[in-house]
Amino acid sequence: MTEVKQLVQDLADQYGRNQESLLPILQGIVNREQHISEDAMIEVARELNISAAQVYGTATFYSFLNTKPLGKYVIRVCKTITCMMHGKNQIIKELETVLKVNLGETTHDGKFTLLETNCLGQCHKGPAMLINDKPYTELTPDKVREIIMMYRDKELRVN
Amino acid sequence: MSDKINLRIDNIAVSVEEGTTILEAARKVNIRIPTLCHHEDLCVAGNCRVCMVEQTGADRLLPSCAMPVSEGMEIQTNSLKVRSARRQIIELLVSEHRADCTRCYKNGKCELQELSSEYIIGESGFIDLVPLKVMTIDNFSPSIIKDDSKCIRCQRCVRTCDQLQNIGALTVAYKGKNMKISSFYEKPMYEVVCTNCGQCVNRCPTGALTEKTYVEQVWTAINNDKKHVVVQTAPAVRIALGEALGMPAGEIVTGKMVSALRRLGFDSVLDTDFTADLTIIEEGNELLQRLKKVLVDGDTSVKIPMTTSCSPGWVKFIEHTFPEYLENVSTAKSPQQMFGALAKTFYAKKVNVEPEDMVSVSIMPCTAKKYEADRPEMRSSGYKDVDFVLTTRELALMIKQAGIDFASLPEDEYDSFMGESSGAAVIFGATGGVMEAALRTAYEVVTGREVPFDNLNITPVRGMDSIKEASVKIENPLPEWSFLDGVELKTCVAHGLSNAKQVMEAVKSGKADYHFIEIMACPGGCLGGGGQPIPTSPAIREKRSKAIYKEDSLKPIRKSHENPEIAQIYDEFLKEPLGKKSHQLLHTHYTERNRY
Ligand code: SF4
Ligand code: SF4
Ligand code: SF4
Ligand code: FES
Ligand code: FES
Repeated sequence: MTEVKQLVQDLADQYGRNQESLLPILQGIVNREQHISEDAMIEVARELNISAAQVYGTATFYSFLNTKPLGKYVIRVCKTITCMMHGKNQIIKELETVLKVNLGETTHDGKFTLLETNCLGQCHKGPAMLINDKPYTELTPDKVREIIMMYRDKELRVN
Repeated sequence: MSDKINLRIDNIAVSVEEGTTILEAARKVNIRIPTLCHHEDLCVAGNCRVCMVEQTGADRLLPSCAMPVSEGMEIQTNSLKVRSARRQIIELLVSEHRADCTRCYKNGKCELQELSSEYIIGESGFIDLVPLKVMTIDNFSPSIIKDDSKCIRCQRCVRTCDQLQNIGALTVAYKGKNMKISSFYEKPMYEVVCTNCGQCVNRCPTGALTEKTYVEQVWTAINNDKKHVVVQTAPAVRIALGEALGMPAGEIVTGKMVSALRRLGFDSVLDTDFTADLTIIEEGNELLQRLKKVLVDGDTSVKIPMTTSCSPGWVKFIEHTFPEYLENVSTAKSPQQMFGALAKTFYAKKVNVEPEDMVSVSIMPCTAKKYEADRPEMRSSGYKDVDFVLTTRELALMIKQAGIDFASLPEDEYDSFMGESSGAAVIFGATGGVMEAALRTAYEVVTGREVPFDNLNITPVRGMDSIKEASVKIENPLPEWSFLDGVELKTCVAHGLSNAKQVMEAVKSGKADYHFIEIMACPGGCLGGGGQPIPTSPAIREKRSKAIYKEDSLKPIRKSHENPEIAQIYDEFLKEPLGKKSHQLLHTHYTERNRY
C-alpha cells in the first residue's frame, strides 16, 4: 500500500467515513504532508465513497487546505480589512522583495511560500502574519525583513 | 379542502396546498416569475435571486422559488422594488459574462439572454469583469463543451450530476469571486468520471455547457457528391423532435422527420429501430445462453445478472464505478453501433457503395452517443462505424437552417433495407422498454407462446418509478429449454444513474437476485436524454412516454423476432444469433476506468 493510501485509511479509521469526516481528514493530511495531493484526494474519495470532484471542491474552498505543494515555511499574511488598513500591502511588497517571489509562489530553494489568508484574530495588533503556526504581529517592512533573515540564518545553521 | 392556504399574488386570489412555494402558486394563476437556478427536476438552490418578489409589509424581498406560501400573504411580482432588484442582479451576472450572443451556440435558446432582453439591460453601470478573469473553454470531449466564460454559477449542473446521476463529476470549487464550476482538479471533462449523459447540458440555462456539434461536418458530407450519406434515427427522437420545432410535447412526428431528412439530402433514410430489434435477438439469446451455462453447465465464469448495454452513459458509468461487474454487462453493442457496423458492410454492399464512400450519421436523443461512436472498439467495419452523431436538437437546427416548415411536411416512410421495425423497438426509447421488448421475444423463444400479459403490454416495467421489478414464471417450456421449467425470471429496471447505483449496490451486497437488469442513464430513459429538446420536466417526459407507447400500439408488428427484415438479415448475412459474423460486428468489450 502506498504511503498516502495508508495515511488516508488511518485518518478515516480515526475520524469516520461519512460526510462530516471529510474536513478533519483533509486537515489531517495537511498536518502530515503540508498539502493535499491529487492522489490523496482520490484516496479520500474512495474511502468516503464520494466523488473526487467533491473532495476537490471542499479542499479548494478552505484556504488552509493547501492543494499545491508548499515550501518548508508557509507565510500567510492576513488580507482582511483591519490588517489591510494597517498596511498589509507594504508587508507583502517587502516579502516579495526579500523572497524574490510573487504572492502565491514558492522560493526556488523550496523554503518559503508566500500566501494571503483571512483574519487571524489579531486585528488589534495588525498587520499580522503566520509563518507555519507562529503568529507575528504589528509588522513593519523592517520587522518583516528581520524575521525572514532569522529564518534564513536558522536554515543555514541546519545545513 | 380546509387546509388550503389563501394568498393574493398581484392582486389575484390563489388558494394552494400548504408547502407550495410562491413561485408554484404564481404559476397556478399564470403569472410567470423569472428564474435561473430553479429547475423542476432539482432541489431548491435559491442562489441566483432573480425570482425575488415583494411581500406587502415586509422590508426584504423573498426568493419565490424557495419560499413557501403563508396565509394572507400579499405578493407583488412586478413592483418597482422587485424590478430594480432583478435588473441589478441581471446586470451583475452580465458584467462577468462573456456576452457575445451573436456568436454563441445558445443564441436564441438561452435563459440569460431572454431575461436580459426582457429587462433591457443596455449599457451597464458595472465594470466589465470579463477581461480580468481567467476563464477556460474545455472542448476536448467528443460530447460536451464546457465554457466557463458563459457560466453564471447557478449550479444546476452540479445538482443534476449529483442528485439525478449521483456521479459528482462537477463541483463548486474555490469561493467568492474565484468560485467556479469544476471537475476534479479542473481536468478536462474527457478525463474524468463524466458519463457524457448530457443531463447537465439539458439543464444549463446558458451556453456554459453544450453538446459538441457536428452539424457543419454533416452538411459537408451531404454536399459531397462522392459520398453516400446514410442516416439512422433513434426511437426517442420521433416523439420529441416536434418540441424543438414549435410543436407541443408528445407529438409523434416519425413521418415528418423522415420527409425532413430526405429534404435535407440524406441518401438513405434508415431506422435505428431496425437494429433495436436486432439487439433484442442478440441480447435475448445472450441472456438465455448465460442462463444455460450457469444453471445447466454450472459454469462459474459466466456472470448473472446480465445488464443491458445500449446506454453509453451507463456503460461509461459502470466502467468507472463498478469495474468488477464489467463481465455482467451484455456484450451486445448498442443499436446505434450495430447499425453503424452493418451500414458499412452489409448495407454498403446492398446499395453497391464502397464503404470508404459512405458517411454514416445518427440522430440521437443523447450526447453520450457521440463519445460511444468515438470509442476505438467501434470500428468493426474497418472504418469508423458511425461518423457523426447529432442530437435531436442539432437535427432541429438543420431543419431550421434549411428553411423547412416542419409542421406542414407530408408523412414519409423509411427506406428499406434496415428501415423496418417492430413496436418492441420503438419502446427502447422509454425506461423499461428494452426489458419489455426482450421479454416479449425471450418468453416466446423459450415457451413457444406469447408473453402472458394483456395485449403484450408488460405494464409492471412501464412508468416513471425509479426502480421497477417484474418477474415472469416460465412454465411448460419447449424441450430445448426444459431446464428453465418453473424458473421465475427476475428482472429489474432503473433509469437515471443514481437509481442505477442503488441497484448495483444491492447486487454487490448480495441483496438482489435478479437475472436481467435494464439500465438507462437518463431519467425516463432515452426520451429524457441529454440531447433531447430543452426544457425537460417530469410532465414533459410523461407526455413523450405516452407517445412512445402509443406508437408501439399502432405498429402492426410488436415483437422484434417478427420483424421480417430481421429474419432476412440472418438468412442472407448474419446466419445465426451470436454467430461468427455477429461476434465480429455486433458485440464488444469494456474497459476499466479511473475513480475520478
Ligand atoms: S450564454 Fe446566453 S447570454 Fe451568454 S453569450 Fe450565449 S446566448 Fe448570450
Ligand atoms: S455550467 Fe451552466 S448549469 Fe452549471 S453553473 Fe454554469 S450556468 Fe449554471
Ligand atoms: S454529462 Fe452527465 S455525468 Fe457528465 S457532468 Fe453532466 S450530468 Fe454529470
Ligand atoms: S484583520 Fe488581520 S488579523 Fe483580523
Ligand atoms: S430561481 Fe429562485 S433563487 Fe434562483
